[in-house]
Amino acid sequence: MSIHVREISKSFGSFKALDRVSLEVPEGTLLALLGPSGSGKTTLLRIIAGLEFADEGVIEEDGADITERHARDREVGFVFQHYALFRHMSVFENIAFGLRVRKAPQAEVVAKVEELLRLVRLEGLGGRKPAQLSGGQRQRVALARALAIRPKILLLDEPFGALDAKVRVELRQWLRRLHDEIGMTSVFVTHDQEEAFELADTVVVMNHGKIEQQGSPDDVFDHPATPFVMDFLGNVNVYHGRVENGRAFWHGIPIDYPDYPYAQAREARVYLRPHELELSPVTGHGQPVAGNGSNGKSLHASVLRVSRSGPITRVTCRPHGSEQELQVDLPTEVAHRLQMNLEPGTHVAITPRKARVFVPDPEYVI
Amino acid sequence: MSRKPTTTAASKPLAAGLVAGAVGVVGLLIVVPLASVFYEAFARGAGAWWKALADDPDTRHAIWLSLTVAPVAVAINTVFGVAAAWLVARFRFPGRSLLISFFDVPFSVSPVVAGLALVLIFGRQGLLGPTLAWLDWKIIFSWPGLVLATTFVTLPLVVRELIPVMEAIGPEEEMAAVSLGASGWQVFWRVTLPNIRWALLHGIVLANARAMGEFGAVYVVSGHIAGATDTMPLRVEKLFQEYQQPASMAVASVLAGLALVTLVAKFVIERRLEAESRDLEAARSLPDSLDHTKVEGAVA
Repeated sequence: MSIHVREISKSFGSFKALDRVSLEVPEGTLLALLGPSGSGKTTLLRIIAGLEFADEGVIEEDGADITERHARDREVGFVFQHYALFRHMSVFENIAFGLRVRKAPQAEVVAKVEELLRLVRLEGLGGRKPAQLSGGQRQRVALARALAIRPKILLLDEPFGALDAKVRVELRQWLRRLHDEIGMTSVFVTHDQEEAFELADTVVVMNHGKIEQQGSPDDVFDHPATPFVMDFLGNVNVYHGRVENGRAFWHGIPIDYPDYPYAQAREARVYLRPHELELSPVTGHGQPVAGNGSNGKSLHASVLRVSRSGPITRVTCRPHGSEQELQVDLPTEVAHRLQMNLEPGTHVAITPRKARVFVPDPEYVI
Repeated sequence: MSRKPTTTAASKPLAAGLVAGAVGVVGLLIVVPLASVFYEAFARGAGAWWKALADDPDTRHAIWLSLTVAPVAVAINTVFGVAAAWLVARFRFPGRSLLISFFDVPFSVSPVVAGLALVLIFGRQGLLGPTLAWLDWKIIFSWPGLVLATTFVTLPLVVRELIPVMEAIGPEEEMAAVSLGASGWQVFWRVTLPNIRWALLHGIVLANARAMGEFGAVYVVSGHIAGATDTMPLRVEKLFQEYQQPASMAVASVLAGLALVTLVAKFVIERRLEAESRDLEAARSLPDSLDHTKVEGAVA
């Protein structure tokens, strides 16, 4: 089942949770709504589920308008952030709930629940109460309960948010396999970009009740559409600079920006990801260095700190002639191969492999 | 879990003094008077006690009246209490906190004033007097008036008990039930009610005890007609005024016995309530250390 959200707006008092949001979720997709808290992602999910109603806009399922349809008639499986398991019921009865309220015959209920218990790998735990389960087990009960009604869409609100790191990664991979197996259109909300990128076919980045960008994980990561997306997707070095004649300059290093071919200089921001910077040693003291520490292609800097976390070595530098710190992430292997002592005070040259330029309000051009 | 409070050597005499004081007050004000009621009631033997209750038709009627008025008032309170608590716990609307304070009015108003207020509205000279006369409905000095007065004084007991419990539980389980296809009634009977059952029972037991024992408001609206509108507490007072102390004590002992039953019920229910709130806490915290079952391999 495909979902089509058209121009949905929702306010809580004076707070605009969603501002004319449109979104398409094709059949069989696993889509992530990614954003900081307060970005409207959970509200959007609840509106799709019918647990919340939009002030304006239309929701369609396979082209049919379901905007006014009650949550109980939407055939949507919803997994709540804190699972919302029925505390006084056993695991079995929790999973059976959707079938019981539909007055399904006992034999069918037992068969379906047993099948789901196997699916979520909780065989033999049907008699337990939710309080007797671990977080990961509760999460899987919540998932089985949602799947019991054979929903057409599966919606998950921060499905792994309350779990510890190890269980989270396991469950994430398991959920991806489960999705590939049953192929149900699924939407999940997360503020964890790693989760979104590992799990989803499509990532939708939200901020302040609007969609900033939508695309495949590679697309969004490699071609962030807005400064917010760039910022939100992990570490980034941000510099304020200027752009003119289709080029921006970062410490004298030109970066192409064909969208602004005008002669009049404008303020721009240059974004550099730590792992897209290259670092090389500067040998001896004899090398001529330009006044601002740049030779047009690379930038000279001094190492301030080096910290190693497993496969990544993070080097914090200060470019010569600048007060702003710059972070460079190197694969630890590469750092070793450089055969130099990355110590505070080491003199290095930094070359950007990739940089992005954002000009605020590019339409506003004189 | 929680450590037992320990007393230091220095505070021991103080603690002992406070315990002795509390036991003394409770003994003097509660245990001894209550025991003396039973002592007086049974002073002439169980046979005389039973005769005092069963042989007087007015006393029999008073017991019967209390046993019908109190459950009806409690039933009304239960329905109102659940609905009002749900409204207040699940919705935010203008005037919400004002409404909550109004639930408490019966606690702060003297029951006699409550009774008078009911007479002012439903009495023959009252606001609705002409209408009621035209309909030929008698409320004051009759059974409906007793129910109204009793309902009024017990109104806060159920709703007050439920609001904090419902707020602590939160709406998620109910929303989950709805998204699984449950109708409003199914959500109530299968999810809401089981979650609040012990708090509700607690409120009902308290409301029932109060309803059985209510004197002031009922006194005003009943007209005190023996064999017609006298409830048990009114009967106790009347027999006492008529110098029939043994009979008065016999009826009083029934009320006191009811209080003891309530006490036991309260004790049992409160233990269940504590267990439930511990469960709720356990459900909110996630003991991932328990997670021995690894999720692995392909999905079956």
